[in-house]
Amino acid sequence: MTEEQHHITLHVNGVPRTATVPARRLLSDALRHDLGLTGTHAGCEHGVCGCCTVLLDGEPVRSCLLLAVTAQGAAIRTVEGLAGPDGALHPIQRAFAECHGLQCGFCTPGFLMTTAGLLDRSPAPTDGEIEESMAGNLCRCTGYQNITTSVRRAAELLAAGQGGDPAGPWAGEDPQEPVAEAPLAAGPYAPPPGGGVPGEARR
Amino acid sequence: MKPPPFRWSSPGTTAEAVALLAADPRAKVLAGGQSLIPLLNMRLASPPHLVDINRVAELDAVEVTGDGVRVGALVRQAHLERDEAARKVCPLLGDALPLVAHPVIRNRGTVVGSIAHGDPAAELPAVAALLGATVRIASAAGVRDVPADVFFVAPLETALRPGELVTSVWFPAVPPATGTAVVELSRRHGDYALCGVAATVDRETGAARAAYLGVAPVPLVLDLPADDPGGYAAASVDPEADIHATAAYRRHLATVLTRRALAAARDRP
Amino acid sequence: MTTRVFGERVERREDPRLLRGEGRYLDDLGHDALEVAFVRSPHAHARVLDVDVTAALDVEGLVAIYTHEDLPGRLADPLPLLIPHPALTAPRTAHALAKDLVRHVGEPVVMVVAADRYLAEDAADRVRVTYEVLPPVVGLDRAEEVAAHLVQEVGDVDAALAAAPRTLELRLDIERSASTPLEGRGVYARWDADDQRLRVYSSTQTPTSVRFAVAAILGLPDSQVECVAPDVGGGFGVKIMHPWPEEVLVPWAARLLGREVKYTEDRREHFVAATHERAQEQHVRVGFDDDGRILALDVRFLHDHGAYTPYGIIVPIITSTQLPGPYVLPAYRVEFSSLYTNTVPVTPYRGAGRPQAAFCMERTVDRIAAELGLDRAEVRRRNIVQPEQMPYDLGLTFQDGRPAIYDSGDFPATLRMITDLIGWDDFPRRKAEAAAEGRRIGIGLACYVEGTGVGPYEGGHVQVEPNGRVNVSTGLSSQGQGHQTVFAQIVATELGVPMEDVHVVTGDTRRFGYAVGTFASRAAVMSGNAIALAARELRAKALRIAADALEASPDDLEIVEGIVRVKGSPDAAIPLRTVAVLSNPLRYSFSEESRAATQFSLPVRGGPPVPRGEAPGLEGRDYYSPERSTFANGMHAAIVEVDPETADVTILRYAVVHDCGNLINPMIVEGQIHGGVAQGVAGALYERMAYDEHGQLQNASFMDFLMPYATEVPHIEIAHLETPSPLNPLGIKGAGEAGVIPGSAVLAAAIEDATGVAIARMPVSPSELFELQGGSA
Repeated sequence: MTEEQHHITLHVNGVPRTATVPARRLLSDALRHDLGLTGTHAGCEHGVCGCCTVLLDGEPVRSCLLLAVTAQGAAIRTVEGLAGPDGALHPIQRAFAECHGLQCGFCTPGFLMTTAGLLDRSPAPTDGEIEESMAGNLCRCTGYQNITTSVRRAAELLAAGQGGDPAGPWAGEDPQEPVAEAPLAAGPYAPPPGGGVPGEARR
Repeated sequence: MKPPPFRWSSPGTTAEAVALLAADPRAKVLAGGQSLIPLLNMRLASPPHLVDINRVAELDAVEVTGDGVRVGALVRQAHLERDEAARKVCPLLGDALPLVAHPVIRNRGTVVGSIAHGDPAAELPAVAALLGATVRIASAAGVRDVPADVFFVAPLETALRPGELVTSVWFPAVPPATGTAVVELSRRHGDYALCGVAATVDRETGAARAAYLGVAPVPLVLDLPADDPGGYAAASVDPEADIHATAAYRRHLATVLTRRALAAARDRP
Repeated sequence: MTTRVFGERVERREDPRLLRGEGRYLDDLGHDALEVAFVRSPHAHARVLDVDVTAALDVEGLVAIYTHEDLPGRLADPLPLLIPHPALTAPRTAHALAKDLVRHVGEPVVMVVAADRYLAEDAADRVRVTYEVLPPVVGLDRAEEVAAHLVQEVGDVDAALAAAPRTLELRLDIERSASTPLEGRGVYARWDADDQRLRVYSSTQTPTSVRFAVAAILGLPDSQVECVAPDVGGGFGVKIMHPWPEEVLVPWAARLLGREVKYTEDRREHFVAATHERAQEQHVRVGFDDDGRILALDVRFLHDHGAYTPYGIIVPIITSTQLPGPYVLPAYRVEFSSLYTNTVPVTPYRGAGRPQAAFCMERTVDRIAAELGLDRAEVRRRNIVQPEQMPYDLGLTFQDGRPAIYDSGDFPATLRMITDLIGWDDFPRRKAEAAAEGRRIGIGLACYVEGTGVGPYEGGHVQVEPNGRVNVSTGLSSQGQGHQTVFAQIVATELGVPMEDVHVVTGDTRRFGYAVGTFASRAAVMSGNAIALAARELRAKALRIAADALEASPDDLEIVEGIVRVKGSPDAAIPLRTVAVLSNPLRYSFSEESRAATQFSLPVRGGPPVPRGEAPGLEGRDYYSPERSTFANGMHAAIVEVDPETADVTILRYAVVHDCGNLINPMIVEGQIHGGVAQGVAGALYERMAYDEHGQLQNASFMDFLMPYATEVPHIEIAHLETPSPLNPLGIKGAGEAGVIPGSAVLAAAIEDATGVAIARMPVSPSELFELQGGSA
């Protein structure tokens, strides 16, 4: 009983990564176990908790509800791709630290990527939009109050132009492959022309 | 919670997809996967073959005309939610889509997938039933159009046959001077509703029609009388009890939400 | 002092790593490990007749399949009874893999080891187990088998009730819920054949005890077993339970196979194979006078203990002893029976019996007020313990086997603060205004006292390296409470060093072997004080060495920003890192700094280089072992709106006044309260474990177990009162559980006030509230 394997390439945090997986491998598992990017967490594996949220071609999606083979060729951004190559925290990450938006940290990558998706599409969200966007992710520690505060703060930091290095939020560093090899000029993670704010490139 | 093994095909065209489905009647279609993959992860379903239509670009299209909106099988719910032209022609879609699960789920989940899944507690089947939508189905034998009122057969059961693929759904335009609304009550924000009502009201004649979700085995469409429409609805629905609510409470909600939906539809600018 | 960071809203040390996705949770470890899946009982009660693995054998990647018959020695015995008690007359614990009988759905029967989890599940699916299904017992109304029975009585309750001018009887119910951390359980083990050592990583709240349990069960010397709690994705009580079947089976298999082995619990397993809490049925008789003063309270309750009692009867004991809350009870009797049912076992979940206690007491006080037509806050004011009555002895034996004595608190002040914060006195006007608009709003108030910081002890170790780095370790583990931050705040303040220099390790038996664990809101109290004492020991030593070098008296020295200096003459100073160098007299130099400590560099004084009674190195180790627990307290108030047609409940305001003594980091304390309140709201309005009569859990998923999202949790307003504990050096009390305790009590009161319908059972859904209102709105 040998399972058919598929060779896939995923553009993760700007870096092409290849893996050989069976068709049933969930994207969450491919990222975590095949590519070693364990920042994406699996909290329920039925799409409710949101811990596994990543950006797929710029939109937040549940990586536990996506087959890795379906994502073949897609651009994926994970929590590891948020901070700049120098390790400087992304404004969204800074906001969560400032506002005590995390406790155990297990759900946090999902909230960060959901926030990235929200602020990309809506840089100055209303409180209602923030609550609506965050309401698809479960957190058992914080009671959410500091999370929604963090999202508001992140919007402020981004609006204040504290996006950091233009390549920062876009060119995720990969331990195995030099960043220079990443096809930064192509795909939705191409560095915005002059600003490091997520989503600038598309607006 | 890992899926069982299956064969996976990734056709590039509708014709290829239909051919694959024809060749393997037990194959299941994978589009957004927001309902199917949880079932696989829980091993509640174990289809031997998944036909993944995510690369069939021709299915990722929304066509809006004055007569209605045709939504292709690969159109994500969030995509249609943001489509102003479609919302204008068919405001019920704009009413219902924000109530479907959560934004991140809608980024991946497809409009057609929700209808093909045939969950009587879901919003989009109710909207399709209310508007008299038509489901376009392709198979090796050709294409057929099935009206929504016969498409939904039983909970999670539709008129779709083995080897068939829903390629699009046609939502007819809401007639002018018609107000629409969708109201529902769910336990948590984004959960399946305990009861929901999608309604249209002709502001000139006062004629009211509503579709009910969560309180019947299939989306239930009622032409509501002017006199005590809520009571009529409560007498017509057939809710079941579960751990979240009794049947009596759901029936009561049908009354209350009917009243609210009609009021909202009438007041709609 | 510039380095005083105790009490400040310091950003967390943990966060940058966790925010970058660099956390290391259990399943992030062991990339090459074999993975485990279990065949679990689909029946609530059954006899295992046969296990047939034939069909599983040809699964690619299968490594091993084990049943109870394969388990050697003590691994084949029932798992330990962790907390024996004389009243627990019929204790029962599970086997690591079922032997003959299964007693709840989810009990592990067969263990499968394979190359990865997908393949392990494939093989598990193909194992055929034949059961003889037996009738299950589900629910307290059908439970009969008594595990434990305990009565505590203070005063003569029967006489006081007979003499009371008024009496009332109540029947109250609370349903099951569970901790439900977003990371489930997990164990990863590797046997190092070269070192002959077993390393076990577990997502646990007590790595030290897991280590001892694994060593004992596998027949290994303690010294050959080490246990590490990596980053833990939430605990809330469920991970204090140990050793889980998986926690002994995985290390055993790793050693047997000579391979790394990992088990990561999935969400569905967590619902049916971890543990639950809460379910109680309470019967109350209360005697009181016409002013609403309570004269006697008699409570009898049934506690649903599930299938096994591994954690003893701690939960019902806590309910029993925390039930009096802030009130003077001249006569109090509490009697409970713990009953077995064919459901998941019950062990502590945040609050651990206290939410049930608060629900019981606060519902009772509300009923007294209603009976007399008195204001509910006024009845509370008339019954609460006064500050001058502190320390206040309840006359009961607490969960640590020691007397329950409230050490401090100012309950009247807390009551004033909460009624001011919520606008209690003005509420009748608001309610009338709302009613005029056709809206139904209501207000509730609930109080609690929480025994925190139970013993027996915790320890701390603090060490200064010659480069100035300060290493701190303590044995208990962290699940998001910010220990690395608050313990660093304590050490920075005690030692007078910059906080950036302080590095804290928790939950690693290689660093600190003696500990009890993280539960009962005890980490800050226990390890915080132990670490403070260790830092003080280190500081005294540093001052002795520095005094010698500076030719000053230790009493004249202070440490500021990592520099030891003579008070009043800052030029006479020596860096703490240099003191660390001098503390370890050397023969061999290995760095520029260390040259100062070599034998021809140090001045020759009388006596040996390391004086008797001293040890080389600049470090301190101490333990904190309290005589008894310290008692935090608080009060919550909530305003709700109930839809007059749908009975849907919206929380309009939620206010908390909280007294946990001195605050180490108010930001973190508030975060703990927020999270606790969210779980309180969850237990009141959303979450329940819905078993059917067959013992099947009908909502074993996040689809149907309604953990609240951001949209369901209200904004929380907090005010702090700080009455320091006199029991410990830092004057602190625990804060971890407080937020959850009065949730059901306060929301029941507010809903009752809004609807006029008596609320005696929690949680309450709109559907149930609709039925309570007579099925019409």
